[in-house]
Amino acid sequence: MSSADVSLALPRRRYPGAFWRLYKGEVRLILGRRRNEALLAVISIVPILIGIAVYVSTPRGGDGPPFLQQITGNGLFLVFTALTVCLPLFLPLIIGVVAGDSIAGEAGSGTLRYLLTLPVTRRRLLAAKTLGVLTYTAAAVLTVSLVGLITGAVLFGLHDVTLLSGDTVSLANGLVRALGVAAYVIVALFGLASVGVFISTLTENAIAAMASTVGFAVFCLVLDAVPQLHAIHPILLTHNWLAFGELLRSSVDGTALVRWSLLHLSYAAVFLSLAYARLQTKDITS
Amino acid sequence: MTATATTVAPSLPAPPDDLAIRTVGLTRHFGRQLAVDGVDLVVPTGAVYGFLGPNGSGKTTTIRMLLGLLSADSGEIDVLGKPMPRALSDVLPRVGALIEGPAFHPYLSGAANLRRLDVSDATADPATSAERIDQALARVGLTAAAGKKYRNYSLGMKQRLGLAAALLQPRDLLVLDEPTNGLDPQGTREVRHLVRDLASDGTTVLVSSHLLSEVEQIATHVGIMAGGRLLRQGTLTEVLADGTAVIRVSTPDTADVRRVLEGLGLTEVVIGAGEDLVSARLGDVATERVAAAVVESGARLRGLAVVRPDLEDLFVSLTGEGFDVLG
Repeated sequence: MSSADVSLALPRRRYPGAFWRLYKGEVRLILGRRRNEALLAVISIVPILIGIAVYVSTPRGGDGPPFLQQITGNGLFLVFTALTVCLPLFLPLIIGVVAGDSIAGEAGSGTLRYLLTLPVTRRRLLAAKTLGVLTYTAAAVLTVSLVGLITGAVLFGLHDVTLLSGDTVSLANGLVRALGVAAYVIVALFGLASVGVFISTLTENAIAAMASTVGFAVFCLVLDAVPQLHAIHPILLTHNWLAFGELLRSSVDGTALVRWSLLHLSYAAVFLSLAYARLQTKDITS
Repeated sequence: MTATATTVAPSLPAPPDDLAIRTVGLTRHFGRQLAVDGVDLVVPTGAVYGFLGPNGSGKTTTIRMLLGLLSADSGEIDVLGKPMPRALSDVLPRVGALIEGPAFHPYLSGAANLRRLDVSDATADPATSAERIDQALARVGLTAAAGKKYRNYSLGMKQRLGLAAALLQPRDLLVLDEPTNGLDPQGTREVRHLVRDLASDGTTVLVSSHLLSEVEQIATHVGIMAGGRLLRQGTLTEVLADGTAVIRVSTPDTADVRRVLEGLGLTEVVIGAGEDLVSARLGDVATERVAAAVVESGARLRGLAVVRPDLEDLFVSLTGEGFDVLG
């Protein structure tokens, strides 16, 4: 008993790098899950399908998504086409799944109570979960971009890039711009991911959280499509998602890009604060 | 250790150092329902505390408040001498818990699930992680099934994995909610041995269970809850000796004996149906006084026995249908 008394006084040692290990464990959990791997596999089919379709029959006229016309001339444009096609629904869907599952999935299966009694503080848990979802978002966007780039390179070759403004820049410059586009898309989707994490703190039903997150994105898209509501369009989560075309002009309007990115980051700040407030006071009854 | 009074007093004199768990006036509502009502839990350091109560009596709600999962409406909680949930980050690394059954990721193996918990624990040494996971699995007899997916575990294996998770680190306090649920008789025995081993190493164990005979075999202390209130608490001996003994007088003159017993102030005096038997709660009255009084009254005394209830009798009498089971 005396040994127990002595040990009571000593807080147990914390090992450095604890948050990094928590985060790595979270990423392993997300990326190791068959469902999430399957979602990445499915989304990587999109650029391949577009590439083959364009290769087999050259698009005519102004039909189809933006950048489609340019693909035959330069495989790099397949990256932009694929991102444009995936952004409205496909990417929100898989981000909705992972973000909606983040807290609600653990609550539903009961593992949340065991994490919290380890203890993982609720603040750290929320941070690790959010970063995990962000990592998966980045993985999804980069998967689409890389598969698009490889497919485009194989089918159409990579060349110097003719920008939307008509100027031509080197391939290296084009690749840097493509990287910028991917980064912008990740930031844009981070807003939605944060909404999903917040919704995930409200329920123990992961499916409901996933559906609500995707529903939120669809709701914004619908409002964005109603011209009479143009007054609220600039603050809609999805309004500037496709604005990455700005990066394909010779003189990039940096202020506009920063302003749009700040909107997405504001969504993230607001909804992550709400998620924190909610999780901090949440009764864990599952 | 003698500080554990049987009655539930609002302020407890014992210094917190000697107590692994102490709550004062712990209360929690869910909507209009009072789930936990003024509970003063006292678990001395080193005790094996059997936490008993029927379903819905507030045990699990109490346990969840002890571990910082639920907030209390009012009352104080000290765990390992520190206030909860304020000192949660200092306290919980020393506490292993199995709360309302095990919960793991179904698509991961047992070992992968433990690894996931261990990397999430800031106080777990990453250098010894693999070794500690192996030891914990071996301790609960799961080594052979370590690589099997949790989804394919039997109920008993899941329960063992839950115990292994609680044993990943050395603990000063183990909170085990229904640890033998779903285990076969061998598994139940092993858990009993495990709890005894841990207790002999100085670990305090709070074990909630419905298996009263189980608890009676391992517990040094018991607390009995019903309807959100802690009805009895103390060492096993104290609680069992708690004035609930029943005296049974075998006599053909039942009406006379009944009068005598009532005259002595015994309560719940009952004439056994169809038998020449009178029973009553003994209370504080000495058995020899009853014997002398019956003989003095001239009633024919054929036999006299005092029945001390076992834990199950006590449990049912406190939480169930009254004394019918004893009559």
